[in-house]
Amino acid sequence: MTSLAHTVNDIAVVAHRNVIKITRVPEVLVFVLLSPIMFVLLFAYVFGNSINIEGVSYREFLIAGIFAQTVAFGATFTGAGIAEDMQKGIIDRFRSLPMSRSAVLVGRTLSDVIYNVLSLIIMSLTGLLVGWRIRGSILEALGGFLLLITFAYALSWVMAYVALHVPSPEVINNASFMVIFPLTFIANTFVPSDDLPGPLRTFAEWNPVSSVTQASRELFGNIPAGTPEPTAWPLANPVIYTLIWSVVIVAIFLPLSVNRYSKRAKG
Amino acid sequence: MLTNTSPAIEAHGLSKRFGDVVALDGLDLEVQPGRVLGLLGPNGAGKTTAVSILTTLLEPDSGSATIAGADLATQPGLVRERIGLSGQYAAVDEVLTGRENLQMIGRLYHLGKKAAKARAQELLERFELTDAADRPAKGYSGGMRRRLDLAGSLVAASPVLFLDEPTTGLDPRSRLELWDIIRELVADGTTLLLTTQYLEEADQLANDIVVIDKGRAIARGTSDELKAQMGGERLELIISDEADLDRAKSLLAAHTPSGRVDDVEVRPSTRTLLSPVAHGIETLAAVIDQLGSNRIAVSDIGLRRPTLDDVFLTLTGEPAAQSPKPTDPAATALTETINA
Repeated sequence: MTSLAHTVNDIAVVAHRNVIKITRVPEVLVFVLLSPIMFVLLFAYVFGNSINIEGVSYREFLIAGIFAQTVAFGATFTGAGIAEDMQKGIIDRFRSLPMSRSAVLVGRTLSDVIYNVLSLIIMSLTGLLVGWRIRGSILEALGGFLLLITFAYALSWVMAYVALHVPSPEVINNASFMVIFPLTFIANTFVPSDDLPGPLRTFAEWNPVSSVTQASRELFGNIPAGTPEPTAWPLANPVIYTLIWSVVIVAIFLPLSVNRYSKRAKG
Repeated sequence: MLTNTSPAIEAHGLSKRFGDVVALDGLDLEVQPGRVLGLLGPNGAGKTTAVSILTTLLEPDSGSATIAGADLATQPGLVRERIGLSGQYAAVDEVLTGRENLQMIGRLYHLGKKAAKARAQELLERFELTDAADRPAKGYSGGMRRRLDLAGSLVAASPVLFLDEPTTGLDPRSRLELWDIIRELVADGTTLLLTTQYLEEADQLANDIVVIDKGRAIARGTSDELKAQMGGERLELIISDEADLDRAKSLLAAHTPSGRVDDVEVRPSTRTLLSPVAHGIETLAAVIDQLGSNRIAVSDIGLRRPTLDDVFLTLTGEPAAQSPKPTDPAATALTETINA
């Protein structure tokens, strides 16, 4: 086998192992899928009655925001999985094997995409029940889902890097809560960014969570005709802007993480 | 590889610091092919650090090593192809079954799907794990997990094997089982570096022993050589009446290898006497006999084997770090005797 074939083999073996783990501990999956349902229903019925956005039903506005928030939180699974493997010594076992140095992390981030795919399916079904509709073409809608997954995949590399520095999986949950909550709230996810006060508005306009949300809304056809074009560049070009962020995040955090994995210091 | 005489493991001047803590301080090691080296030391002596460095998990601050002909610094990938590692904490995936664990490792050694399957089956049989093979490892006992972890390190039949405290935390029966397995491996010609906190384990399994403390080798030799250095077995006598101490002391002195009264250590507060003995159990029988005929009442008497504590006291003059046993002042006296 060539070294590329080795790498592909190693990634596949690690991803397969993670998938087996997902099927063996179905409790995790149940909560992964229940919490987005809860979010859709909570926001639709609690906020939905008090927030009014001109020209559009709030539920229609909301769904893309919840999608973006949920897949962003999906990065936590990657971080928690890596932190747990480190704590249990599995990472050291892998590191002593003649396998590709990137395979454990690439295999992990790839297999975790399953969580986001499943939660997007469940959320879409729940969304349809509460009145959300895809009003554009199916192809565009698929593009929207793909963009959400791409962005979430990039974020999972940030969490992978963080996980290689923490002593236990619990730390990851707190860390991701601290980072991802503000990122997904100081954005156009649940309220239009125009309504936010000065600095928060600027942050929200340049926040990639906003651009991925905006792109999804456009691709799902959830922005009614006659809505004025956003003035901020990221929101006027949300697909490009989201893709740039995704590529940059992976370009920075993939090599950093693999390097950290290779040299992990321990006592 | 057995035909040439270059060592299977050769390390020079390995050093590693973690902040202010010196974990390794210029450690040299050499293991010939097919031999077993026991790295003996208390917790925190640097054993795991040494194994981590030699298995490429950790980069040393300085020093160099060659494992099975591959240079650690420049060919770490080649080193990983030629070694097996079983760590201190059984690193098996609890959610996977025993069989899945072994197959996964086989595929990561690039054995190919079919070969990995066959190898897993072979190892499950050899380690008597066939009944539990298709159950998640979560339900395995401590001994079964260690066996599975050990099996994992053997998947590629690597010429050099590192076992980091393979029996720590095991019950006595599991420990004996694991010893048998390790003996079989060695009989097959595997070169083995084994770390342990237990003198007895090193004694049972290793050809050569390196005692390390604070990251440095403080003694090297075979088990017999080290024991001789410690003064071998000693007789411990506790008498009932303090008034008999002097008589008991001169009685014991006659049975020491040197015959000198100074070699008998007396601790009046506990009415205890400690003395090196020349002929073990025969001496014990003779002493009991003479104590009886001299009407010296005895509370307790026995032969005491050297412990890891004794090794440390003998070699460093300090008690072993974090040892669970209380310090024995008699051994300090022994040090002085030996050094004199």
